[in-house]
Order: sequence, then structure tokens, then C-alpha cells
Amino acid sequence: MKDPIIRIRDLVYRRGTKLILDGVSLDIKRGSIVAIMGPSGVGKTTILRLISGQLHPNRGSVEVNGKLISSLSRRDLYECRKEIGVLLQDGALFTDLTVFENVAAPLREHTALSESEIRERVSEKLHSVGLVDTEDLMPHSLSGGMARRVALARAVIMNPKIVLFDEPMTGLDPIARSTVSRLIRTTNDRLGLTSIIVTHNVEQMRELVDYCFILASAKLIAEGSPQAMMNSQDPAVDQFMNGRVEGPLSFSNKDRQTGQQNAEHS
Amino acid sequence: MTKDRSKRRKLLAPVAETGKCGVFLMRMLGSIRLESELLISTLQQTYLIGARSLVIIMICGFFVGMVLSLQSINALQQFGASDQVSLLVGKSLFRELGPVLTALLFAGRAGTSVAAEIGLMKATSQIEAMQLMAIDPVKRIALPRFLAGLISLPLLTAMFNAFAILGAVVFSIGVMGLDPGIFWSKLQSGISFGKDFVGGVWKSVVFGGIVSLIAVYFGYYAKPTGEGVGTATTRTVVLSSVLVLIFDFIMTSFLI
Repeated sequence: MKDPIIRIRDLVYRRGTKLILDGVSLDIKRGSIVAIMGPSGVGKTTILRLISGQLHPNRGSVEVNGKLISSLSRRDLYECRKEIGVLLQDGALFTDLTVFENVAAPLREHTALSESEIRERVSEKLHSVGLVDTEDLMPHSLSGGMARRVALARAVIMNPKIVLFDEPMTGLDPIARSTVSRLIRTTNDRLGLTSIIVTHNVEQMRELVDYCFILASAKLIAEGSPQAMMNSQDPAVDQFMNGRVEGPLSFSNKDRQTGQQNAEHS
Repeated sequence: MTKDRSKRRKLLAPVAETGKCGVFLMRMLGSIRLESELLISTLQQTYLIGARSLVIIMICGFFVGMVLSLQSINALQQFGASDQVSLLVGKSLFRELGPVLTALLFAGRAGTSVAAEIGLMKATSQIEAMQLMAIDPVKRIALPRFLAGLISLPLLTAMFNAFAILGAVVFSIGVMGLDPGIFWSKLQSGISFGKDFVGGVWKSVVFGGIVSLIAVYFGYYAKPTGEGVGTATTRTVVLSSVLVLIFDFIMTSFLI
């Protein structure tokens, strides 16, 4: 692939003695929406954390926009993160700030824009995710779908090049899911982003994404277009994509890991 | 061999924790910049944790003043020296009880809420979200709360002392019928500004630093679960109370 925006090579990550990722290599094309899929606890969120530099790999490299993430100092890493927007599970809005202040937070921190310019940009982003007259609401009074849209507006407020989504549709009703899904597509294409979505939900991804990576048992087992994945002859891919109980992927607790906890904070 | 090592690690854990806490303090102090945002959020926090602790501090101060003068008058009467009550109350207040009791109350009222607030922010990934937005949570969340505690505690101590004196006045002059002139003149002549008053202020500054450092530290490094937040709050109260009393002894032995 020519000039991928993210290039991961031979990535190994261990937590304690447990191997979470074992020699994963992948390239992510500029401007595309890709999904990193796999059973729960297979290390999908860990990949996101390695891309955002919250975790450091035991071996291998993660290059974002040509920069080797693990070699950056804290200051350079923070600089690099300005080009990456992240939408965490449940949105992670700041509960003590209004919707407006939530979306404005990165602008206030990183730019010297005047109050009126900030107001303009925040309204524009909120508008683009379909939210009007919500600026003064507090996060706890929003519905799940609205909170997710606010979080999306916040993730793209700095006009990043890459947006990482961690299970963006989990816990939403079908209508909110379709709305968020469509928003991800329109935002991606309009702003020329590269979107990386971590999910275990095959259904939602089929229409949305351009390309899938499938992880299982700490390894990348397949990649390709969603259609190609659905029709794959590989028994493990077929089992995962079609949700079969029988197959090579085991479901025992021993092999599963909840990848969300124990994240070391930088 | 491994048993030895784990034992040693257990013994060294408090040392490691102290070091980590020191590094955290340095990170906070290192991120101080002269900018309006820090000033605004520090003032906000001073209001939230300082001004909101005011009522409890005033009530407690008033009753401590009353009980102090009750005990002192009771004891001094045996020597026919009950007119010395303001001196005794004043000395013990400014030197010890004011700074120490306010710090303990502050740890319970404000320290816990800070630890729980930061811990909960962590449990709901707000801290992580900040880091991912390249906003340093140490600077934006921990530092204003730390500074607010540092500013609040000496001021609260002053309020505590004032209300304790008021309590003493109410009890000894109002109830026991002591002469107001003697009460105030003994207080004025007996309390030295340098040793009694400034010494107490120094103590409360140090206590403010201890309590708020421990609160933000435990909150920031809380396990991101409900239980973790609970543990962080408990440890904040326990450890800051113990440290306040230990440092009180150390500082007294230098100041006296």
C-alpha cells in the first residue's frame, strides 16, 4: 500500500505473562474507514491504545503519519495526539461541563481563538452532528445517542487526520445506531479523515466500513473488504462473521481478556 | 528466594509510594504557568472546596472555643486563676487546635470529595479522554485542586480560630460572667504574633499541602472502579489525618 497513514509492524504486546498481541502487522489507508474486529477481549482496544500511545509495545512499531509513536517524548506525543481524535466507549464526556464547554475544551487548550471564534466553531460542529440548542445542557441530561454525537463533535473539533472509535455503537438503540453510523461516514468523507473503528459487531460494520481487520487469539487472522470477509472460506473468519458457536475460536474464559482495565496512563 | 523478594517489595512499597507521590507533586508544580485558565479554575476550586467547607468549620470552631473555655475555667478555678482563661484558650488555639482540627475537618470534608471526584472522573474515562485530547490532566484537574487546598486551609484555620475565640467569649463572658476587659487584655498581651500566630499559619499551610496532595494523588491513581474510588477516599482521610498529626509534632518541635 502506498503511504499508509498508520503502519503497524510485528506488534507484540504482553500484559504480565499473557500475550495480548502477537506479531500483528497492518497498514491503514488514508481516507478510509476501517474496522478492527474480533471477539471480545482479543486485544482490539489494546491496538487503539498502542496507536494513541497510551501503551508501549513490547516489540514492533507503530507509525502514525510517519512518526514512530513509542519513541516520542510526552510533549511530542501530546503534539501528535492533536492530530488524532478519539471517541471512547460511552463518549467519556466531562460531566461537570456543559455540552458547549465539552466540545470547546480542546480548542481552549490548544488554540488562541477568541471566544466568538470558539463559539462559531463549536456550533458548526454540533450542527454537523445534528445537534441544535443543546449547548447549555449538561451531559447527564443527554440520551445515549446524543451523548455519542457530542463526543463525536468533540473528537473532530481540532480537525484531526485520524479518528479512533472504541465501540461507537454499543448501548444505542437501532435508530441512534444508524444515525451515528451515517454520521461517521459523512464526517469521514467531508473532513477527509481516516476512521478506525474497534468493534465486535459485525452487522453494523458491514455497510459502514471500507476494510476490515479481524483479530483472533492475539493474531491478525484476516483482512479485506467486508464482503470478502463474509464470504471467507477460512473457518475462524467464517465462525466470527456469521456468529457460529462451533469453530476453531474457543470461548473459554482462559483465552479471553477484558482489555479495558489496567491501562497504564501516561 | 522469591518469598524474600516479595517480602522486601512489601516493605519497600510505602517508600515507592512516597516517591511516586513526590514525582506527582513535582509534575504538578512543574506545570504551573501564569495563565488565566489556571487562575480561574483555581478560584473555582477554592470556592468549591474552601468556601463550601466554611459552615462546618465555623460551627466546629465555635463549639471548640466553648468547650476549651469550659475546661480551662474549670481547671483554673482551682488555683483562683480563672481570669487567665483567654490566654490558655488563645495559646492552645493558635498553636495547636486551630491548625490541626481544621486540617482534620478539611480532610474529611474537602479531601474526600476531591479524591472521589478525581477517582470518578478516572472510572468514567474522563481522565483518559483528556490525555487523548492532549490535555494534561495533572495540570487541568489535579493542580487547581491542589492549589485551592493550599490556599483554603490557612484561611479556614483563621475562620476556625476567630469563631473559637467567639465561642470562648460567649461562654466565659456571657455565661460565666468574666470581665471582658481582662479577657481581651490577657489575650492581647499573652499571644505573641510571631510565635503563636505565624507559627500556626505555617502549620496550616503545610497541612493544606499535605491534605490536598494526598487527596489529588489518591484520586488520580485510584483504580477505575467503584471499589477503587471508595478505597481512595478512605485512604485519603486516614493517611492525611495521620500525617497531619505527625507533621504537627515535627513542626512544633522546630517552632516552639
